[in-house]
Amino acid sequence: MFKTFIIGILSGAILAACLLYFVPAVNQHREASLISVQANGGNTESFHTNLPDDRILAGGTGVDKAIPDGLEWPGAQIAGDTQTELFKIRNRNDVVVGVASRISSSGAGSGPIVEWTLHLPARGSLYVNLQPQPDAAGQRSGSLRAGTREFANLVGSVNERFIKSDDEQGDESDFEGRIELVTALVGSHGDSEGDSE
Amino acid sequence: MKYLLSWLAGAIVGALMLPVALYYNPFVAMPGVSPLAVSGQPLVDLSYSAVPVDAIAYTNNGDERVAPYPEKIAELWEPTIRKTTVLVTLLTNSRGSPEGIGVKFASESERTNLLEGDALIDSAWHIYLPESGSLFVDQSENLWSYVRYIVLPARWNSADSWRGTWYGVTTTGPTALGTARVSGSSGRFAGMSAEAVESVNARAYSALKGPVSITGSLTIAVTELTAD
Repeated sequence: MFKTFIIGILSGAILAACLLYFVPAVNQHREASLISVQANGGNTESFHTNLPDDRILAGGTGVDKAIPDGLEWPGAQIAGDTQTELFKIRNRNDVVVGVASRISSSGAGSGPIVEWTLHLPARGSLYVNLQPQPDAAGQRSGSLRAGTREFANLVGSVNERFIKSDDEQGDESDFEGRIELVTALVGSHGDSEGDSE
Repeated sequence: MKYLLSWLAGAIVGALMLPVALYYNPFVAMPGVSPLAVSGQPLVDLSYSAVPVDAIAYTNNGDERVAPYPEKIAELWEPTIRKTTVLVTLLTNSRGSPEGIGVKFASESERTNLLEGDALIDSAWHIYLPESGSLFVDQSENLWSYVRYIVLPARWNSADSWRGTWYGVTTTGPTALGTARVSGSSGRFAGMSAEAVESVNARAYSALKGPVSITGSLTIAVTELTAD
């Protein structure tokens, strides 16, 4: 009977190890990726953030109302004129799929920047550099500087535009509008505009 | 019947012994030396406090022991971001002078494998240093040693706390050398590709409130400039 007990110990340890091995300890919730195929190769995907509901943080020198209440932003001598914002990011179906930071600065010391980092927990992250000045239509264009995991080997363009609330919900709510980010990405070994530049 | 009961009793004991074996697993070594320690490249050191109330802002799903800060910051309660935290912090140089702002996103990784001592976090830093430029750091971190030597002892302690001195390198990838991948985009970092390592220096941890005195360090070794 003692031998059976010892075999039981081994069996229990092996079964528990198998359970740990085959049952994932972490299982991130996934939303279907809403991707459209581009006519010239690659794919396009649209993300947006609804303002003000999806704004997690807004801080910077000269920002009228820091978000959230109680935010103590470092002084201009430390952060310069940097404006940093954090958002929840939604997909085309208006479902939150990640979080993002947007940092902008006139960059007295290092040049002007407008940058986004999108972090989609189940998929990876995107680091986007935009042109500091918007075009005549109020749109900023830029490129994917780096990506991780699902976005690791992609290159392409990203466009940012602000859509005012009047376009969608009128003046009845406190809805200010939305910031839309549209990516057009292709594998770095594929054919793309970016490759030929 | 008695053999079946004996086997069942043994199986339960065996299953209970597994966590103990994992906790004392001698094959899981704590990386205490940075892979960049012997790097001949110029190093940029950036430090930050990992204590949420010392940060500019910190948020998570709101159900964790570590409370979001400031109190009214939006929580990440949506299913897709529930296992994610965001830290906005001031970054200081090796002399303790403020250098800029860092935003750290950290999500529990699906590659976590406790059998191999991998408690993995997929994290990304978005860094802006007004005088130098901006950076993006992509890394995979293994917090098993941190949990093993700090978090669990704090929970088992009757005072719900841990005090001591602990140093560990948390970065384990994604590069083959176990370093983080850095992409620079403006200022003197424009077009730069580099490697980095993040480490943690812990002195006090509360099982009830989380980090009490913990400093994080990001060491960046500039390896090459790539033309974009």
